[in-house]
Amino acid sequence: MAGGVSLKTNLSGIELATPVLAASGTFGSGQEMSRLVDLRKVGAVVTKSVTPQPVRGLPTPRMVETPSGMLNAIGLQNPGVEGFIEKEGPFIAGGGVPVIVSIAGKSVQEFAEVAVRVSKLPGVAGIEANISCPNVERRNQVFACDAQAAGEVIGTVTRMTHLPVFAKLTADVTDIVEVAQSCVRAGAHGLSLINTVLGMAIDVETFRPRLGGTTGGLSGPAIRAVAVRCVFQVARALPEVPIIGIGGITDADSAIEFLLAGASAVQVGTANFYAPHSMVEIAEGIGAFLVRRGMSSPMELRGRVVTPGLPAEPAYRGG
Amino acid sequence: MFRQKCEVLSVKRLGAYHSITLVAPEIADDARPGQFVEVAVPPEREFLLRRPFSIHQASRKGGWAGTLEIAFVPVGPGTRWLTDIEAHDFLDVVGPLGRPFPYPTQPNSCLLVGGGYGAAPLYFLAQELRSRGKRVDMIIGARDQERVFKAVEAKRLSVQVTITTEDGSLGERGKVTDALPGMVTRCDTEVVYACGPNPMLRAVAEYCAEQRLPTQVAVEELMACGVGVCWTCVVPVIRRDGSGWDYLRSCIDGPVFSGSRVWWEKWLGGRSAPIQTPPQGFQAEELTVGRAASWPAG
Repeated sequence: MAGGVSLKTNLSGIELATPVLAASGTFGSGQEMSRLVDLRKVGAVVTKSVTPQPVRGLPTPRMVETPSGMLNAIGLQNPGVEGFIEKEGPFIAGGGVPVIVSIAGKSVQEFAEVAVRVSKLPGVAGIEANISCPNVERRNQVFACDAQAAGEVIGTVTRMTHLPVFAKLTADVTDIVEVAQSCVRAGAHGLSLINTVLGMAIDVETFRPRLGGTTGGLSGPAIRAVAVRCVFQVARALPEVPIIGIGGITDADSAIEFLLAGASAVQVGTANFYAPHSMVEIAEGIGAFLVRRGMSSPMELRGRVVTPGLPAEPAYRGG
Repeated sequence: MFRQKCEVLSVKRLGAYHSITLVAPEIADDARPGQFVEVAVPPEREFLLRRPFSIHQASRKGGWAGTLEIAFVPVGPGTRWLTDIEAHDFLDVVGPLGRPFPYPTQPNSCLLVGGGYGAAPLYFLAQELRSRGKRVDMIIGARDQERVFKAVEAKRLSVQVTITTEDGSLGERGKVTDALPGMVTRCDTEVVYACGPNPMLRAVAEYCAEQRLPTQVAVEELMACGVGVCWTCVVPVIRRDGSGWDYLRSCIDGPVFSGSRVWWEKWLGGRSAPIQTPPQGFQAEELTVGRAASWPAG
């Protein structure tokens, strides 16, 4: 890159060519997309979440477009950890792009099972724990909505693996900082902020929900401001912890917003569906921005947001 | 699979429908009937996702070589935007995508059934079947005359044609499925191909299952990516060995499925039926599509 700029990023020990990663569930493991995108220019791929057993998923419709975003309710359809390894193992071992495996489960034990199995798979760069799943042992309370349950999963997973573990958090909580602190205390090497935001859409002709699963996860630019706020709050409370910013990133400016809020890297999700090349363009755009501002690394942007007269906690809501 | 910036060669109206012809040499060269393309909508809009369109025509030789035609009806913001497209505009297109209609090796008498603008890919299919020495007959139906897709072209391509309209404004009054038993008998049909609204596909597939006639249907389900990564466009499909069913992606494992293996009740609702067993006797030519088979899902 021109002007002595390097996009190389070290994320909790994982060496990335760029700070722009593919978000879970939007890029496969990279194999499917390799015909449309030069994977050498992608920071890393976070896989679709893997569970111990195969999961069939939810009935259709599984997707509905909403203003500046989309809702999805897939229900974690995946071939189970053995099917995943059979299908994706050789590609991951090939090392064409760093692969972070997203794991999910219905209990702490299930997370542990997948973590152990995935850690033995050659070439895996890290684990992202998708803790926005219902916990069957606690009346289907979502792990990520309870600081203690989130910490239990992360504590168990980090003990089961030598790989860096990222906890993927949801914004659907009263205090995301509390959940983030619990995960970090439990040993998380980094935090992925944020997962989709719980949403719903209704068909006014039929009076029915527009998703087979009734509610679903909202993604796309519609949630970007929520995500930037979460990264900002967590980065203020935990300045040493690497944060991956996620939520409606479509171009270099929106990625830079997350870096300024305190993220060390970003994930692109929904944009991959309609613009598979966008991760490459975003990375190039960050490089051009750094050159223009006379900087040499994306890390120089991290947490640089200027907030004179920052109001006291809790965060200012306006109105 | 390619991503190309394609120049619009021409736009035209086909009754109630719109058609766009694009200059897309690589995609046209690879395209097979039943496959689709994904067209990007412009940035800075409130809707984001590409729109899938089945390929109406892909021309490889002659004056139209290297062109691709899609047909659509403006129903939502994406397709409404497309109606403003003019010749020499550029569209960002990914394709060809999906599993195409397989060609039969053994059976020779093929009946093609199309409803509304869903009939669009059947003309490309008819040409390919004819070039392989197959007999082609067609049933083309719609709500009214305005919505019958290319009746003249259907007559040109097939031995026998039945046109149906629900209001009787063209051809026989009724639905395509009303004309199906008579055509199957008259044409000694051995294989049925269908494309159109999902309830129509279901009716065709259920009739053909009773008659033990192999069917190939091109389905439609809401889709975010079109390339196999989002898992939104799934359809419940019964396993070949009848041991159960899986949600398969219509973008990669479809959009063309064997009509007898789609679990229609599960997918579209209605009465529940026991798991069907697929009729035998349809040997598809080896498919040479440019992508590997997908995960054994579920």
